[in-house]
Amino acid sequence: MNDLYILGIETSCDETAAAVVKNGTQILSNVVASQIEVHKRYGGVVPEIASRQHVEQITIVIEEAMRQAELNFSDLTGVAVTQGPGLVGALLIGVEAAKTLAFAHSLPLIPVHHIAGHIYANRLVKEMTFPLLALVVSGGHTELVYMKEHGHFKVIGETRDDAAGEAYDKVARVLSMPYPGGPHIDRLAHEGEANIDFPRAWLEEGSYDFSFSGLKSAVINTVHNAEQRGETIEPADLAASFQTSVVEVLVEKTVRAVQEYQVNQVILAGGVAANKGLRNHLTERIAELGNVDLVIPPMNLCTDNAAMIAACGSVFFEKGIRADLSLNANPGLDLESFNR
Amino acid sequence: MNILAIDTSTNVLGVGIASNEKIIGEYITNIKRNHSTRVLPAIDFLLKDCGMDIKEINKIIVANGPGSYTGLRIGLTIGKTLAWTLNIPIVGVSSLKLMAASARYFDGYISPVMDARRGNIFTGLYEYKEGKLMQAVDDQHIPTEEWCKLLKTFDKPVLFLGNDVVIHEQVIVNQLAKQVQFAPITVNIPKPGELALLAKDLKEKNVHSFAPNYLRLAEAEAKWREKTN
Ligand SMILES: [Zn+2]
Repeated sequence: MNDLYILGIETSCDETAAAVVKNGTQILSNVVASQIEVHKRYGGVVPEIASRQHVEQITIVIEEAMRQAELNFSDLTGVAVTQGPGLVGALLIGVEAAKTLAFAHSLPLIPVHHIAGHIYANRLVKEMTFPLLALVVSGGHTELVYMKEHGHFKVIGETRDDAAGEAYDKVARVLSMPYPGGPHIDRLAHEGEANIDFPRAWLEEGSYDFSFSGLKSAVINTVHNAEQRGETIEPADLAASFQTSVVEVLVEKTVRAVQEYQVNQVILAGGVAANKGLRNHLTERIAELGNVDLVIPPMNLCTDNAAMIAACGSVFFEKGIRADLSLNANPGLDLESFNR
Repeated sequence: MNILAIDTSTNVLGVGIASNEKIIGEYITNIKRNHSTRVLPAIDFLLKDCGMDIKEINKIIVANGPGSYTGLRIGLTIGKTLAWTLNIPIVGVSSLKLMAASARYFDGYISPVMDARRGNIFTGLYEYKEGKLMQAVDDQHIPTEEWCKLLKTFDKPVLFLGNDVVIHEQVIVNQLAKQVQFAPITVNIPKPGELALLAKDLKEKNVHSFAPNYLRLAEAEAKWREKTN
């Protein structure tokens, strides 16, 4: 069989990214231009500014990815691009660039779901073994996805309000930490003691869904009430208590799903996978289960990147998933619509 | 020399091809429909109809603003990605200048108008001199009334054109009375053929840094600047 060379393009939020992956598993290049510094002053990602940045970065990033991969367009098998979900104006830049390249070089165009991309980041580290369960946690997503085979997704749980990463950023703002606050809370949590009893949203019996808005409000209320009484709460204790509550719900729901669905492998994906509290607790609990394999990709593959889009695109390519020149960005794209 | 022209600044979608100083094809729609699904199919269609391959294009021109932020980015991203990957030059021209180009035989000033909401417009002042379109006043984002007051100080007739003129017609007539003329509807639609012709004298852009000329800060940035000043 011929080797598969897929160029991946990702612009769903505040990273402009392009990468080339060989045979779905081998990274030839993985270029990311982050806009984090640009958005810092606004305390979060501003969609219009993200879109403006993508236009100025897109060809630079693709050029660098092709240069590092030492390939010409005639060597490529196809172009994969994040179609959604994400910020529509941001997604559009990647989608138009990918369509243009596919058109100019008569290459197949492969639409990719961002969450599917996050899951497939793991394949760049270790081959997937099915059935598997993926916990995808980021600033925009908190989802539990069951996969019985390549390219087949079943969303068994998702957030009903805030994503876990979003709750982290909002709590960080209450503690006057700079954006993005997640890493700061994580660091602080390790210096404190989880001595405040925050709620855990287990939801209905048997539900794998998540909800973090109640927890977020509880943290904010605790801080405000203390202020009114003139008391001070140790920020490290607050961070530790908040983190414990988030991590416990994420990990316990994952463990329950592992048992119910009898999976062989658990994959942790998304930017929040960098969180030490989550990594440590999940590692411990999965180890207790015995013969379940836990894969956590390195940091640069957890945060948004295009290698994961190319890796997923390689599988989608072989499944015959294609788009034509009328492909549009879809901020509300459904993961299960990619099942064949 | 084959030139591909792309305009997605407004609701009008325009693609044109010029071959050796001759316009060989134009695709124009003037409807309110998503550009993102339609620009590349339009380019593909026009090239095929003209019996041409995309690799035969030697130069690209894009109308680079002002206009709809999203619209501009779609045309520009396609244009710059094509120029980069085909290794051919790209040039940009004001979307207002492109609009003004349609009024070739008007004797006086031309003021192309795009609505910018809340009584504001994007406009500039142009004039044909010996068959060449010249800029008289820079493109800007300005309240309609203020613009008209400026025009009053000139003693030449002014032709307003563009699909959005109707939104501001009353203010314009009140301010300028007999000095003003309005273009017929066919002239209101920018022509990609004119855009292709404008490519001739323009300096090549750096393909990587080429970005729309929005003529207005993003709202968040404007607020931030206000707060920090
Ligand atoms: Zn992501």
